[in-house]
Amino acid sequence: MVAVRYQTAFRLYPYQKVPAQEAAAPLRHPVVIVGGGPVGMALALDLGNRGTPCLVLDDHDGVGLGSRAICFAKRTLEICDRLGCGERMVDKGVVWNVGRVYRDDREIYAFDLLPETGHKRPAFINLQQPYFEQFLVEEIRRKQAVGAPVEIRGRNAVTGLEQHADHVAVSVDTPDGPYRLEADYLVACDGANSPIRTMMGLDFGGRVFEDNFLIADIRMDADHPVERRFWFDPPFNRGETALMHKQPDDVWRLDFQLGWDIDRKAEMATDKVCARVAATIGADVPFDLVWSSIYTFRCCTMDRYRHGRVFFAGDSAHQVSPFGARGANGGVQDADNLGWKLSAVLSGAASESLLDSYHDERKQAAMENIANSSRAADFLTPRTPAHALFRDAVLDLVERYDFARPMVNSGRLSTPCTYDGSALNIPDGLPNGPSRSRPGSPASDVSLGDSHLLERFGSDFTLLAIGGPAAPVDGCKLVALSPADDESGALADRYLGDAGAAVYLIRPDHHIAARWPAFDAKTVTTAIRAALGGGGA
Amino acid sequence: MTDLILSVNLARSDDVYARLLAAHDGLDEAESQALNARLILILMNHIGDADVLMQAIDAAGPDPVDAELA
Ligand SMILES: Cc1cc2nc3c(=O)[nH]c(=O)nc-3n(C[C@H](O)[C@H](O)[C@H](O)COP(=O)(O)OP(=O)(O)OC[C@H]3O[C@@H](n4cnc5c(N)ncnc54)[C@H](O)[C@@H]3O)c2cc1C
Repeated sequence: MVAVRYQTAFRLYPYQKVPAQEAAAPLRHPVVIVGGGPVGMALALDLGNRGTPCLVLDDHDGVGLGSRAICFAKRTLEICDRLGCGERMVDKGVVWNVGRVYRDDREIYAFDLLPETGHKRPAFINLQQPYFEQFLVEEIRRKQAVGAPVEIRGRNAVTGLEQHADHVAVSVDTPDGPYRLEADYLVACDGANSPIRTMMGLDFGGRVFEDNFLIADIRMDADHPVERRFWFDPPFNRGETALMHKQPDDVWRLDFQLGWDIDRKAEMATDKVCARVAATIGADVPFDLVWSSIYTFRCCTMDRYRHGRVFFAGDSAHQVSPFGARGANGGVQDADNLGWKLSAVLSGAASESLLDSYHDERKQAAMENIANSSRAADFLTPRTPAHALFRDAVLDLVERYDFARPMVNSGRLSTPCTYDGSALNIPDGLPNGPSRSRPGSPASDVSLGDSHLLERFGSDFTLLAIGGPAAPVDGCKLVALSPADDESGALADRYLGDAGAAVYLIRPDHHIAARWPAFDAKTVTTAIRAALGGGGA
Repeated sequence: MTDLILSVNLARSDDVYARLLAAHDGLDEAESQALNARLILILMNHIGDADVLMQAIDAAGPDPVDAELA
C-alpha cells in the first residue's frame, strides 16, 4: 500500500499500472529520480531536454496542497528559462520592489530594491510553490510530446534500495503491490525527511531553532500596494515579528512569529487565526482564510551529497530556515548542477569522476545558504539577552541613522554561489577582469538590444567572445559580440573591466569555467576537458 | 591587512572617558546596556574595516586569542 501523507493541490500524474510491474526481471534505467517536488521535477526536465532518459517516482500523484515556498529568485528563473518554462513563471508571478520595515506601530524605513538593470529577469517573483511545480510538470509534458525521454510514475513509493558496483536496485510499492527496478544512478529528491537517507542510515546534522511561525494565507481584494511589510514587535504580535507578502490570485501571505512555548492547537483555531489577521490588516477589511499552518525549522545538512551511485539533492541533502528563500531556490540549483554532469557521464563525454564535483560545489553552496539563513534566524529569534540587546540596538539606530539599515536582517535573498576553488575551474586567465565573472561564478545577464546574453547561451558548453576573433571549438556554441552590441556598457562592465577583449568558456549550467584575454583553440579544448572533470574521457 | 592598534592612540583620553561615564549617569542597567550596544555599532560602522573589527572583538574577549595582542 502507498500511504497518502498529504492532500494534493493539482493531480498531475495519476497512478497508472506499467508493464514493468509485471516484468520477470527488474528493468534498468539510466537515472531514477525519487521525489517529484520542485527539485526532482527540475532535474527530470533538464535531463529530458538533454535526451538523457530518466524516471521520476513519487509516492503521491500531484503537487502537495498548502503553503511553502513563495519567493523564487532570479537565478531560479534563469534556470527555468534554460529549461523552457521561465516565461510561464514570470507571467503568473508577482514582482515587487518596495519593502517597508515597521517597529511597534511606526515605519522605521522603506527600501526600493532597484535591481541592477540589464537582466531579463527580476530579482525575484512571488509565486505559490504548487504553481512552480505545476509549470515544471507542464513543461515536461510538452517536451515528452516531442520525444524527451522522461517518465513520471505517481503513487510509486520507494521502499528500499541496495547499491551494487554497477547499479542501484530499487524496491517500489504501488496501489497494485510492489515491484523492483534498477538504476545506473539514483537521485534522492525526496524532501527533508528523506526516506532514502534513512534507508541508507545517513546523518542529517545541524541546528533546530526554538521558534514557531504561523502562516495565514488570505484572499482579499483590498488595493494594498504590492509591497513587502515586515514588523518588529507590532501591537498585534507583541515581542515577535510579522511579515506580509503578496502572491498571485489576490492571495497574501501573513507570517507571524509565535515564540517557542505555545499551545499549537489553540493557535491554529480558525477564530484565533482570523483575529490575528484582522488585527494586522484592519478589522474592516474583508478576507477569506485560504490556508493556515504552523511551522518550525532547522538548518541541517548531510555530510556528503554523493554516496556511490546515489545522489542527494534539495531538502533531502540540506535544509534551511525560510528566511532568504533559499530552500527551493537552492535545491533547483542542485538540479542545475547535477543534470549536465549526469548526462555527460552517461553519454561518455566525461568520466565518472565529474560526478564528485557535484558534492564539492553544492555542499559549498549549501553551507553558504545555511550560514545566511541561520544569521537571519538569529536576528529574528535572539538566543540570549546579549543577542537581543544588539538586535534592539540595531533597530534603535535604524530610526536615527542610515548606516544601520544593512544590519537589519529579515532574510538575505537567495543568490547563486560562486564555486571558488572548484576542481572544474580553470585558473583565471584574466585576473584583473571583473571579479563577479571569475571562474566558478554564475554568468551575469546583460541586455543586448532586443535579446539578452543568457538566452544566447547553449545548453552545452558555450564560448563567449567579446571584442576579438574566435572560432567554434569541439561543438561548443560560439557567441561572438563586439562593442557595437553593448549599447548600455553593461557587457564591458560585467565581462571586460579594463580589458579590450575577452573569451569566456561557459559551462552547461551557465557558470563560468574559464576566461582569457584572447582566443586559442587548443587552450579551449584543454579547458573543456578540465571542466568535464579531466581524466580520460 | 591593517593591524588593530593596541598601543596608545587616543589624545584627551581622560575627557572622552569622563564623557562616557557621564553618558551613563542616571541610566538604569538596561538603558546602560542599550547605550553601550548602540555605541559599539556606531563605532563599528565608523571604523569600517572588518579585519580590524574582528581583531578587536578577539582582543576584547575574556581570553585574547592572539598572543601578540596580550
Ligand atoms: C513555510 C515555508 C516557506 C518556504 N518558503 C520558501 C521560499 O519562499 N523560497 C524557497 O526557495 N523555498 C522556500 N521553502 C522551502 C521549500 O518549500 C523546499 O525547500 C522545497 O519544497 C524542497 O523541494 P524538494 O523537491 O527538495 O522536496 P519536496 O518539495 O519536499 O519534495 C519531495 C517529494 O518526494 C516525495 N517522496 C518522499 N518520499 C518518497 C518516497 N519514499 N518515494 C517516492 N517519493 C517520495 C514527496 O511526496 C514529495 O513530492 C519554504 C518552506 C516552508 C516550510
